[in-house]
Amino acid sequence: MTKALISVTGADATGIIARVSTKLWEMNINILDITQTILSGYFTMMMVVDLDGAHKTFAEIDEAFQPIRDEMKMTIHMQRMDIFDAMHRV
Amino acid sequence: MIETGEILQTLRMIQEENFDIRTITLGINLLDCSDRDARVCADRVYEKICRIARNLVKTGEDIERELGIPIVNKRISVTPVSLICQEDPRPIAHALDRAAKEMGVNFLGGYSALMHKGATLADERLLASIPEVLAETERLCSSVNVGSTRSGLNMNAVREMGEVIKKTAELTSDSDGLGCAKLVVFANAVEDNPFMAGAFCGIGEPECAINVGVSGPGVVKRALEAVRGEPFDIVAETIKRTAFKITRVGQLVAREASERLSIPFGIVDLSLAPTPARGDSVAHILTEMGLEMAGAPGTTAALALLNDAVKKGGVMASNHVGGLSGAFIPVSEDIGMIEAASAGALSLEKLEAMTCVCSVGLDMIAIPGDTSAATISGIIADEAAIGMVNNKTTAVRVIPAVGKQAGDRVEFGGLLGFAPVMPVNRFGCDDFIARGGRIPAPLHSLRN
Repeated sequence: MTKALISVTGADATGIIARVSTKLWEMNINILDITQTILSGYFTMMMVVDLDGAHKTFAEIDEAFQPIRDEMKMTIHMQRMDIFDAMHRV
Repeated sequence: MIETGEILQTLRMIQEENFDIRTITLGINLLDCSDRDARVCADRVYEKICRIARNLVKTGEDIERELGIPIVNKRISVTPVSLICQEDPRPIAHALDRAAKEMGVNFLGGYSALMHKGATLADERLLASIPEVLAETERLCSSVNVGSTRSGLNMNAVREMGEVIKKTAELTSDSDGLGCAKLVVFANAVEDNPFMAGAFCGIGEPECAINVGVSGPGVVKRALEAVRGEPFDIVAETIKRTAFKITRVGQLVAREASERLSIPFGIVDLSLAPTPARGDSVAHILTEMGLEMAGAPGTTAALALLNDAVKKGGVMASNHVGGLSGAFIPVSEDIGMIEAASAGALSLEKLEAMTCVCSVGLDMIAIPGDTSAATISGIIADEAAIGMVNNKTTAVRVIPAVGKQAGDRVEFGGLLGFAPVMPVNRFGCDDFIARGGRIPAPLHSLRN
């Protein structure tokens, strides 16, 4: 399974989770885990997703978030979970 | 499952503390391109590099995007050119520069000669061509090995390199002697170094290999901020833990690049490589340990601890460790070193002492333009002697700033940064350098 972390940060606003998860659903990407919190006024959400069922490449998926980034003024990063596993698990 | 705090720590390292992979360097063997005719050889070299490295930059960018970690440089190192051509090697230099541009890499290393025991005719031809070649090419890097623990110091090569550096500075004086920033004089040069300007693909290397250099002085500095005032045992432990995490990512990137390019993984270089950016300084790690400035008494001890802890932390995180592995202390490429040199806290002599306990040597140091070739050779001889006796790699990359004096400033731009011109001891060593010959290898070279 190719897992990725999607981190979303920015000023809190309604519909952030809805917008991101709808986009994931459109690309057939399953959400495995989700956490969200408000850190010093900033909305911070982290989603772990499974990319295996997606019909798009990694770059295309990342690009698909661009309208949400632009419209909601959010920072959205997607990166493979391998980097976190490498750094924090022996 | 990875915890939220761990994810945030990784993201902070990358976004706020300048953690990056400094380079993926593809080593390519060029021995099979050898020919008596330099032009035939040059054509073969160009063709081979373009064939093997064609996906290097794209693959690096793909990995960068997917793992979310910057991979700052994609580079190529090749077999020392003096080993593949007996004639005037200038056509090969230009072919290498063209190949680097065609492949989109910012530097290609290997315009090199290994003459630690003596020079072949090809070595001599290459040496003579270095000033012109570095002035005429853009991305080519050159290195010369003038000594080793096993063979002693080739003092003829040391003498010649003083002149080569001086001439290179003159030919590239309109860019503040930039040619000298692409030229390294080594003792105990390593064959799998991924870092420029000294990278080349040694003759013990496979057909090609992926070597990765990590970085992250900002991450180490930030980690040490959390243990202010604690004893050194805790400082060392904190650096080790941080180095482990950094190197694990280097290993991951190396493995990914190796698989995607179908090129064997060589090594990860356990390095702390600074840039002129604020928050990316090795010198600031030293000041975080309690020094007012890099160069203050205690600096050598602080650097010794840092260098050792980086290795101890990193070595468990990678299958194969190699290259130069240690903290780099270039002056112009480290904002804390620039500040220390400008304030008079750091002298050439203190830097020489620091090179005894860390990776490499006198690096990216601007010296007055009127420094004589013999004095530059004297600096090289001292540094090479440290490498020879201590069984470590040392190097000299000094830049005579033509028309400038101590206290003036030179500007190289980008990762190469800027630097104050540092004063050099004004007493001469002409007769010492004029002797030539070889300084014999130390007793402990006889290890069998």
